[in-house]
Amino acid sequence: MTDMMSPAVSFVRPTVIEQKTPPFRTSGPILWARENLFSSPLNIILTLLSIGAVLWVVPGLVQFMLIDAVWSATSSKDCLADVVKHPVGACWGFVTARFGYLVYGQYPDAERWRVDLFFALEALGIFWILSRKTPFKIAGFAYFFLVFPVVGFILLSGMSSIGLPTVQTHYWGGFLVTIVISTVGIVASLPIGILLALGRRSAMPIARLVSVIMIEFVRGVPLITILFMANVMFPLFVPEGWRPDSLLRVLVGVGFFSAAYMAEAVRGGLQAIPRGQYEAAQALGLGYWQMMIKIILPQALKIVIPNIVNNFIGLFKDTTLVAIVGIFDFLRTIQASLADPNWRTSQMPLAAYLFAALVYFIFCYGMARYAISVERRLATGNRH
Amino acid sequence: MSVQALPRPAKVKVVFYNDPKIRSLFFQLVLLAIVLLVLWFAYDNTVYNLKKRNIAQGFAFWNVEAGFDISQTLIPYSAASSYGQAFWVGLLNTLLVSSLSIFFATVIGIFIGVLRLSKNWIVSRLASFYIELFRNVPLLLVLYFWYGAVLGSLPEPRDSIAIPGDIWLNARGLLIPRPVFLPGFWMVAAGFIVAILGAFFAVRYARQKQAATGVRPPGGVLATALIIGLPLIVYFFAGQPLGLDLPVKGRFNLTGGLNLAPELVAMVVGLSTYTAAFIAESVRAGVVAVSKGQSEASHSLGLTDNQTLRLVVMPQALRVIVPPLNSEFLSLTKNSSLGVSIGYPDLVNVFTGTVLNQTGQAIEMVSITMLVYLTFSLLTSAFMNWFNKRVALVER
Repeated sequence: MTDMMSPAVSFVRPTVIEQKTPPFRTSGPILWARENLFSSPLNIILTLLSIGAVLWVVPGLVQFMLIDAVWSATSSKDCLADVVKHPVGACWGFVTARFGYLVYGQYPDAERWRVDLFFALEALGIFWILSRKTPFKIAGFAYFFLVFPVVGFILLSGMSSIGLPTVQTHYWGGFLVTIVISTVGIVASLPIGILLALGRRSAMPIARLVSVIMIEFVRGVPLITILFMANVMFPLFVPEGWRPDSLLRVLVGVGFFSAAYMAEAVRGGLQAIPRGQYEAAQALGLGYWQMMIKIILPQALKIVIPNIVNNFIGLFKDTTLVAIVGIFDFLRTIQASLADPNWRTSQMPLAAYLFAALVYFIFCYGMARYAISVERRLATGNRH
Repeated sequence: MSVQALPRPAKVKVVFYNDPKIRSLFFQLVLLAIVLLVLWFAYDNTVYNLKKRNIAQGFAFWNVEAGFDISQTLIPYSAASSYGQAFWVGLLNTLLVSSLSIFFATVIGIFIGVLRLSKNWIVSRLASFYIELFRNVPLLLVLYFWYGAVLGSLPEPRDSIAIPGDIWLNARGLLIPRPVFLPGFWMVAAGFIVAILGAFFAVRYARQKQAATGVRPPGGVLATALIIGLPLIVYFFAGQPLGLDLPVKGRFNLTGGLNLAPELVAMVVGLSTYTAAFIAESVRAGVVAVSKGQSEASHSLGLTDNQTLRLVVMPQALRVIVPPLNSEFLSLTKNSSLGVSIGYPDLVNVFTGTVLNQTGQAIEMVSITMLVYLTFSLLTSAFMNWFNKRVALVER
């Protein structure tokens, strides 16, 4: 005790601190600004630099994208400064004029209602599964994973016996192909991915080996090489007469690719389920599949919904790579339109890519927000 | 009351098809049979198809003259070189673009990640805008944007844009000063190596001294001084054996310097701006994962802000940051295969593209390319296992 009092101890203050005046403000926007924006010299510099950057970029961008933009055009000539008599920004006329091609590709004009119906059916399925308020969830899954793929395929490629003329896949293009590839990716990858994940955690050594080799091989190589493999090697693997359609080959490649990533997401969920759940299921006398389908998977899949959605965002972005093996997806149709002599000017690409970025951003950001909201909901659900 | 021992249950006789062991064996054999059947089916068809289409097999093409040019080569290569040499050119181009992009992506990513964590509202909003923007658009679009919209609208060489530091930017790419190594440069290099060794020992000595006496000699300062100072001193003593070949602007064209092709510039800028967003997110997650109590405890022990960051927060944050960072590096390397879309001569472009088209040997080309990437990913996961073992929490 005496030690504490002695002046040799430097960390005990020997005198009383002088009283300070109460703080001038305890709330309000000025205090917020002072604490968040101007708390230190470095912060002041950062704030000023950021405001400067925003003021430098945003007005120019608004000028380019809205004020100076040309909203309708029939060719790049309508977007020249000499014609419109003012400095020209983004030529949105390009997008409006080519809109049909960007959405449907070369799908015949008379049959485009089928694509619209396909989009509507897909939207219905997604809403049914993802929304919290819709009833009959099981039916929703059955619809999206079993009924919709068959109906969608018949709708898009046609069936002469029910009066829908056949439309070959090389007429498909644009946003339609992007949606078809990502839909097939998710519909095929979820079941295959679950099987692979179960195989990887199985007690059977051969099942484990097969799954591990498949997953690690696919995850170890770039998607492009898998697409090349699907494109040039897959036709060699099947009998000569089969001649797989070029879109089908790519779909097989994308399906395998996304299944491997899905398997890893599902495995994360399986590992997070406590052992007691497995043991309880076994103690009740459930067999392997009953245990998995009734007890483990419903819980495991629920925790990994955010990861599955994030995988799906990656898949949606990766669909652009099919352009490299010659499939006309959304980005490829934009590239093709830019190469069109009618639309060739040096500032056209900027507007076109800004539009493409906006489209991809809306879809991916929407999915990301959904994943975050599910994560939040589950986080509160687990707190009892 | 005595407890009566229950009679041991007689061994239950199970029908053989209900025995779990036999069942498991049966299903595995079925699986194996299916896998082998599929493989045999593919093999059989392939052999037939190859024979039918008259496609050569095997690796004899490796030494055959390639007969095509590659726009960017790090090793001597011409149309008279073999396919094998084309492979090495492509591989080196992949490694070049990946390592440059990894460097810039890490620098930008850490910078953005730190800004994202800033208490300054505007700064953190701007950083988060950057992250969200790049995480939600496809990489291919980013590459097209830099290559087509930005680099494509650059002026012809005679109107080149000058950047301070003798750098010029025009439609043919980026011209930077080329370092010229004069004889005697080896002494500077040797000095650099000696300095690194010296710095290592200086830091170790400082650490031992601190452990023994509690007083820390200025090891870090000494090490920095050695690494910067020694090569500089040697450089001036050896008669400045490093020249710079500066690009010179003539009337119509630029001469001299090192010309980086627009494809390379677009790849590096695209890959690093895109991957930086993911790295920034990992950095943020890592720092957030260190609980606030750690830095509070460190402050109350009397460590300064700098020491808290360096000795308490960073070592713990790195344990969380390094694994995702590493997988970002790996996916960047895999993503460099997108070079094929804008004509950068990387491995996929050279080998799975041109060589495959010329020889038609799809199986060999695709397998070799895949093997290269598989090797990268195996090396990465080997490093990860080593790292995880090293930094794993040692618990009682």
